[in-house]
Amino acid sequence: MPTTRRQFLTLAGSVTVAGTIPIVTLRPLEATPAMLNAAIRNVVGEAPVRTGKVKLDIPPLVENGNTVPMTVSVASPMTADDYVKSIHVFNEKNPQPNIGNFHLGPSSGRAQISTRIRLADTQKVVAIARLSDDTFWQVTTEIVVTLAACTEEIN
Amino acid sequence: MAALINVPTKARRGEIIEIRTLTSHIMETGFRHTADGALVPRDIITSFTCRYNGTEIFRADLFPAIAANPYLSFFTVAKESGKFEFEWIGDNGYSSSASASITVE
Repeated sequence: MPTTRRQFLTLAGSVTVAGTIPIVTLRPLEATPAMLNAAIRNVVGEAPVRTGKVKLDIPPLVENGNTVPMTVSVASPMTADDYVKSIHVFNEKNPQPNIGNFHLGPSSGRAQISTRIRLADTQKVVAIARLSDDTFWQVTTEIVVTLAACTEEIN
Repeated sequence: MAALINVPTKARRGEIIEIRTLTSHIMETGFRHTADGALVPRDIITSFTCRYNGTEIFRADLFPAIAANPYLSFFTVAKESGKFEFEWIGDNGYSSSASASITVE
């Protein structure tokens, strides 16, 4: 039996509906800027976060979001009474806003850490340092990701 | 589990040395699905600690946004000869450790 125009349109319509559902269900997986702010507030509390002192070394254009090299360094003399207590790294659009918390001390000598991270989308990465006088300093970098990580299917 | 540790074997007293660690772990995010839609449960390393002659000198809380086979590099001041101990703790009771020695002159 030849397909009528009506049957074809019904079929095409249902395929379109089925095709849009996965996109809709994936939306809540993105951390929103509100989640990013909540995660930052969770660490800094009500303290003001100033810009500066922190340096975030990360490629501005990433081909594969599954492994992105990242180095965070903080300008600090790292002496017994002036050192970096911790470094916190956040992202804007992964399913979760946290990337890692790194706890240092005066015996670290140099306030610098490196690791490899995952980025699910083109987004902002924020690094915040807590100094020994409990002030917070931050830096924000925008990164373009062409192949996303985290939410792809396993084959 | 296999871990790669890079610590200088010798250092001058007071020198700032870099410690690099790499361990093998899938770091399953808990956000991925199989082709038939089932969610793959999270399985990550959540904590890394480095002790220098028993004193904690570096600690990291890790999240699913850390890439598979976590690589961490950090610095410390070489104070005395002795041992660095590394410990990784994760989901499903995962625990792994490694150590490295240093001679400080």
